[in-house]
Amino acid sequence: MTPVPAGDTARVTLGELYRGFFYAGARGFGGAMPWARRMLVEERRWLTAQEFTDVFSLCNFLPGPNIVNVSVVVGARFAGPRGSVAAFTGLLTVPLAVVLALAALYTRFGHLPGIDALLRGVGAAAAGMVLATGFKMAEPLARTPRVLGFLLGTFAAIALLRWPLVPVLFALAPLSVLAAWFRQE
Amino acid sequence: MALRFTLLSLVAVGGITSVIPEVHRTVVEVHHWVTDAEFTQMFVIARAAPGPNMLVVTLIGWQVAGLPGALVATAAICVPSCTLGYFIARVWDRFRGARWRRAVEAGLAPITVGLVLATGWLVARGVHPGWAAYGVTAAVAALAMFTRVNPIWLFAVAGLLGVLGLV
Repeated sequence: MTPVPAGDTARVTLGELYRGFFYAGARGFGGAMPWARRMLVEERRWLTAQEFTDVFSLCNFLPGPNIVNVSVVVGARFAGPRGSVAAFTGLLTVPLAVVLALAALYTRFGHLPGIDALLRGVGAAAAGMVLATGFKMAEPLARTPRVLGFLLGTFAAIALLRWPLVPVLFALAPLSVLAAWFRQE
Repeated sequence: MALRFTLLSLVAVGGITSVIPEVHRTVVEVHHWVTDAEFTQMFVIARAAPGPNMLVVTLIGWQVAGLPGALVATAAICVPSCTLGYFIARVWDRFRGARWRRAVEAGLAPITVGLVLATGWLVARGVHPGWAAYGVTAAVAALAMFTRVNPIWLFAVAGLLGVLGLV
């Protein structure tokens, strides 16, 4: 495949891809997505904010863990299949090691008092990080009734009504795409 | 278990967080691999640890079958969707600028943002109800949006508040 240049950077080497995603993974407390965004858009400028939202939308639309998809798609864009593998392994190196170490610790110490309370506090912060990512992603979107309607509709269906995800996606995604199609006329 | 997670990998539209209820149903209610309380704690550990949240699956694999279980579970949740994603991304780049592609992107963007916000909402409600906890969530969200403070400090302070019994 022909790598398609993005942003103002045409060439990104395999080593850079590995290192970029290695650090995004290593620093990605509370989910790597905010870090991947910061790395790709703000620090290395491999993608513009709009391109990141597009890639992220594609990766959300694809099945599977979406940050992993981002690494595969961004890697492929700059360096083909080897780029995908470089970005993917970079992303998972540190997290896999850390989470296995934590699992070992948790098996041994998980029932001590205080662990529960610690996780409550950390969980509250994790929720805040996810919300911040969502708000940042909403920034570049057009503020039209169509966009706001589908955004709030999805939020309400999943978060408030607790409807199952798959039917909601199959109902709202085609409608939203259709609405976007006619707005382009 | 590998087969189960392989199937989940392919239906995990919207990221692993959106199939968490289905993972929960499978491993807690159907197969009794882990208890409900263990599942919740694993989810928070995976969220708090660096890296993708899908690592909750690694933890479940670990709980079920040790190190081999952890590796098998991770591969099962990643490889099928990655392979698919790679090939779709190739086609996707070929249609760069096509009208239907712009419509798909413009149409999916608001839905994506809605899902991310819904996940944040559900985590905030699921882990710990209470006004102090919501306050921490709101403060962290604001700090993460308007400053460039390293999230590890936010997590450290929030964890400390938890230990002190304030959250």
